[in-house]
Amino acid sequence: MKLLYFAWIRTNLGVSEESVDVPSEINDVRALLDWLVNRGESYKAVFSDLSLIRVAVNQEYVDLDNAITKGDEIAFFPPVTGG
Amino acid sequence: MIRVQREDFDMGLELAKLTKNNHKVGGLTSFVGLVRDIAAPEKISSMTLEHYPGMTEKQLEHIESIANQRWHLEASLIIHRYGKLDLGDQIVLVACASSHRGEAFEACHFLIDWLKTKAPFWKLEETASGSKWVKAIDADKDAAHRWSLK
Repeated sequence: MKLLYFAWIRTNLGVSEESVDVPSEINDVRALLDWLVNRGESYKAVFSDLSLIRVAVNQEYVDLDNAITKGDEIAFFPPVTGG
Repeated sequence: MIRVQREDFDMGLELAKLTKNNHKVGGLTSFVGLVRDIAAPEKISSMTLEHYPGMTEKQLEHIESIANQRWHLEASLIIHRYGKLDLGDQIVLVACASSHRGEAFEACHFLIDWLKTKAPFWKLEETASGSKWVKAIDADKDAAHRWSLK
C-alpha cells in the first residue's frame, strides 16, 4: 500500500510518501498505525497522540477502524488549516 | 466549479465569467481570504500552503455539490491557492450566484466555513523565530458545525 504524509507529519518523518508491504493481518487503520510505530522512533513520536492525526483512505476521510487493503492509498495528516 | 492553483486570480474577472449571460442571477456574493500578518503572539512574514493533490479537488467538489443541493444557486466557484504566499496575497475565493441574495450569502458562508475544516490544506507560517505549522482552531470547527444544525 502507498502511504502519504503531510505537514508536520511529513517533516517529522522526513518522508512524504512510501510504499509498504504489511503483514496480511493488518486490515484496518488502527492496526496499520500499531505496525508503523514499530518502524522507528520518529514514527513512534509522530503517532504518539492520535487525536492530532487525521486519516484518509483513497482520498476520503475515515475513522481508525476503517478497513484497508493492499492497493490502498492511505494518508496521514494533521487537522486541516486552509481557507 | 473548483480550481486549485499556485497562481493568483483576478476576482473581478472570475466573478464576471461566473455570471456571464445568465440573467437569472440577481445576487452574487464572494469571499476572499488574504494572508494577514498576525500569528499571535508573533508576526508572520509569509506562509506556504501545502495540500493533498487529488483529495483537495475531491473535497472541494464534494463541498460544492452539497451547497448546490442545499441552496438554489445559478453558479458557484471555489479557487484555492497553494505554494508560497506573501502578506496581503489572496489565498482563496468563494463565490455564489443566485436569483436572490439570501441563498447566495448563505451558500458562500457555508462553503468557506466547511472548506476550512474539510479541504486538505496546511499553512506553514514564517515568523522571526522560524517556521511553524498553523494549528487548527476549534472556532473553525464550530463555525462549520453550525451549518449541520440548520
